[in-house]
Amino acid sequence: MKRATICAAMLLFAACAPLVTRAQNPGTIFIQNATVLTVTHGNIEHGSILIRDGKIAAVGADLKAPEGAAIIDATGQYVMPGIIDCHSHIAVDGSVNEAGPAVSSMANIADVLNPDDIDIYRDLAGGVTTANILHGSANPIGGQTVVIKLRWGKPASELPFQGALPGIKFALGENPKHSNFPTPPGVTPRYPGTRLGVEEVIRQAFIEAREYKKQWDDYNKRKASGEQNLIPPRRNVQLDPLVEVMEGKRYVHAHCYRADEILMLIRVANEFGFKVRTFQHVLEGYKIADEIAASGAGGSTFSDWWAYKMEAFDAIPYNAALMTERGVIVSVNSDDAQEARQLNQEAAKSMKNGGLSANDALKLITLNPAIQLGIDARAGSIDVGKDADLAIYNRDPLSVYAVVQKTLIDGQVYFDRQRDIAERATLAAEKQTLLDKEKKAAEAKKAEEKSDKKPETKPDKKKKPPQDDGGAVESGVAGGSR
Amino acid sequence: MNRRLRRRSIPVVVLALCAAILIGWACAARGEGGEPRYFAVKGARIVPVSGAVIENGTVVIAKGLIQAVGTNVTIPPEAWVIDGAGLTVYPGLIDAGTNIGLAQDEDGKKPARGAGAAGPEDRPATTPWRVAADELKTDDKRIESWRNAGFTTALTVPEGGIFPGQATVIDLGGERAGDYVVNPRASVPVSFKPVGGFFGFPDSLMGTIAYVRQVLDDTTWYAQAEPIYQANPTKTERVPYDRTEVVLNRALQANEIVLLPANNTIQILRAIRLTGEWKIRAVLYGGQQGYEVAAALASSKIPVLVNLKWPERAKDGDPEAEQNLRDLRFRDRAPGTPAALAKAGVKFALYSGGLDGPKDIFKSVKRATDAGLTPDAALRAMTLDAADILGLSDRLGSIAPGKIANLVITDGDIFNEKTKVKHVFVDGRWFEIHEEAAPEKPGEKKPEDDDGARAKQAKGVEGVGR
Repeated sequence: MKRATICAAMLLFAACAPLVTRAQNPGTIFIQNATVLTVTHGNIEHGSILIRDGKIAAVGADLKAPEGAAIIDATGQYVMPGIIDCHSHIAVDGSVNEAGPAVSSMANIADVLNPDDIDIYRDLAGGVTTANILHGSANPIGGQTVVIKLRWGKPASELPFQGALPGIKFALGENPKHSNFPTPPGVTPRYPGTRLGVEEVIRQAFIEAREYKKQWDDYNKRKASGEQNLIPPRRNVQLDPLVEVMEGKRYVHAHCYRADEILMLIRVANEFGFKVRTFQHVLEGYKIADEIAASGAGGSTFSDWWAYKMEAFDAIPYNAALMTERGVIVSVNSDDAQEARQLNQEAAKSMKNGGLSANDALKLITLNPAIQLGIDARAGSIDVGKDADLAIYNRDPLSVYAVVQKTLIDGQVYFDRQRDIAERATLAAEKQTLLDKEKKAAEAKKAEEKSDKKPETKPDKKKKPPQDDGGAVESGVAGGSR
Repeated sequence: MNRRLRRRSIPVVVLALCAAILIGWACAARGEGGEPRYFAVKGARIVPVSGAVIENGTVVIAKGLIQAVGTNVTIPPEAWVIDGAGLTVYPGLIDAGTNIGLAQDEDGKKPARGAGAAGPEDRPATTPWRVAADELKTDDKRIESWRNAGFTTALTVPEGGIFPGQATVIDLGGERAGDYVVNPRASVPVSFKPVGGFFGFPDSLMGTIAYVRQVLDDTTWYAQAEPIYQANPTKTERVPYDRTEVVLNRALQANEIVLLPANNTIQILRAIRLTGEWKIRAVLYGGQQGYEVAAALASSKIPVLVNLKWPERAKDGDPEAEQNLRDLRFRDRAPGTPAALAKAGVKFALYSGGLDGPKDIFKSVKRATDAGLTPDAALRAMTLDAADILGLSDRLGSIAPGKIANLVITDGDIFNEKTKVKHVFVDGRWFEIHEEAAPEKPGEKKPEDDDGARAKQAKGVEGVGR
């Protein structure tokens, strides 16, 4: 408990300093004498990692530091691939839900990324380097989503994971049918109100999207054939992303709980010729793991949350392990800014619940979410050529005692525990200075207001010539006389 | 004041003026025929803004326009002459963002129902056809109090909704509402404030941005489709009439500026990006964290209207509440934004935003100059640059022949708090400014001028002094 409080206090301070905790220049960095958890090719004791221009240039036990490389001595420490959180709602300016329409695909998280969200820094302090920023679950078809790197201190335009396909949020079950909060009096309840309706809304939207795509295809064909005076179809910002889904240019991340609705969405996807990329939460995934694996979808689940609502009653903490056994690519996610700081522990739970190996547990928060997000060529393991996105722990990250020491993205140190501790006094002093300044200004203002209220009419009265007493002259509107 | 008074009577006029300044004096606004149209301010210090300061110069006003300015100009015989000795003449100040003259109502704020918001035909909180000029209320007390402090022009912006209407540039004086209007359709303000309240669309920032994107797309589509239909009515399906598309298309074709909200760094950078995507002639409003992104603003070449209502700690907030360092920094540094923008070469103007009156406006400007903005740059931002951003620099913002005769005449430096405004010209109409009426304190009866003071209070006189 005490530890948690200290940790929270530390983060609170650091929080205020996006510009101070700026990462170093990239270049050549050499992390030496660490236990390197590569995830793809075993653990390397007393290993080193060479980083050049943000990429992993070499990994091994017998590397030598090149001349001029910045050395990070990690003696006794553990280096793992940066954690990838496949379900996050951090770094969003404004609401994460566009809850008005049943199909809110026009809304785009990428439009409202908030690089100043303190949760970016806090999650960095938990070893997270990449997060899948999802729209909320208020609609059968929700908003567009984006994968970001937690580049704290950079503007919104530099957060997205370049090259990662954009996504779209779908949601099944209780949330999109508004089961868990009442519609206020006087407001017409939104359709759909049942699971049947959720399916119908999704199908209807794709029927429209298919028709919309056909209109554009026809138009482009006729235009290409030289036809004149053609009026183009209207662009529809709601249907554009659905066309992209059908064209395989946008991943579907579907919030779901129950086995029946998961099977339903697989059928609907087949009907319209697209694939669900990940089932999110997927708490009953263990019941239909074979079907999920066959559909090619991944499963991104919680470690051990259950029974917090009706549709979560059949959840079990063995879900991740059971789905893994049946060949589903599984990740464990946070869906929560706080829990994202301990995803290492969430992953470790599947060793106890289901008996996953340590490496398979690590995969739940590294390589597997990278595969699910289509970024495994760039992230998710410590391999030559991949982005140098790394988390350095003081102990084995699967231990509850493990604390992140440094987090690197593209070879830059974005979180450094020692630097954070060192900067706290400076930040506290700056804060006190500003508070004092504000207090002083407020007092000065108060004093001024007090003196303003004193009547200052006396000198004028003395000057006033006697003949001007007449009310008639006084009655004019000030400033209006001509 | 009698029209028969001619130049010969000037000493009398000047005496009368002096008396008027001391005692407060006014005539009711007159009907047709009574107004002088020619004035000259003689022997004054003139700050034209567009050029060097002229000592001992003369400005001649004829029929609402500035006819001549300089040290060697001929004063027309019919002109009323104001002795400018000891006085300084500035271009009238421009408040680049107010709702002066507009009634505050809830129109346009009602959200559309979400469930049906499936297509482009749904237009929640969208009334771009409302033009501020059509709704001007000239009995707004602020017209006078702003004018008395030296403001002659304002951009008055309709509020309420995502596309609340079109903003109007008004001069702060005239006989009828129509006289006030300089440009009725000066700007299309946009708000990203969600209107749906969880049960209607849009109820999120991202939804609102998506909605604006759709409306602009629709407008572009209409601009493309309508001419094709009109040229081929027998071969093409008719283009449906949509008031929003028609009005916005006309506005964009006329090159009206689009006002985008952007106060903090995130909003400013986002607005720069959206401006590029949407290909609009944008002007950002808010701009208070511009000190952090002045370079990005400069390279975007997008002008900024900076809100002078600097961020403050919440008035009724918990005094014990933990203050965030980022907020503290913002509150401390925001007044440095105009200086930072000036240094980076960003074109900007200042606006009163939610400030209560001219006194607060000048206090806010002082905080900006204390934070490094030169008084010259401040003046420019409140005159010529504001006019330029509003597309009216050929008519407003400086003292030069041919410009609208909007002038403020003071007894000293306009940014000195002891300075008094003596005369204001709006469209060549002369407004003489009175001393501030001392606020009558309840219980403090002043028997000797009871009637006069009462009369002033009853009419809601606003002070001149700042």
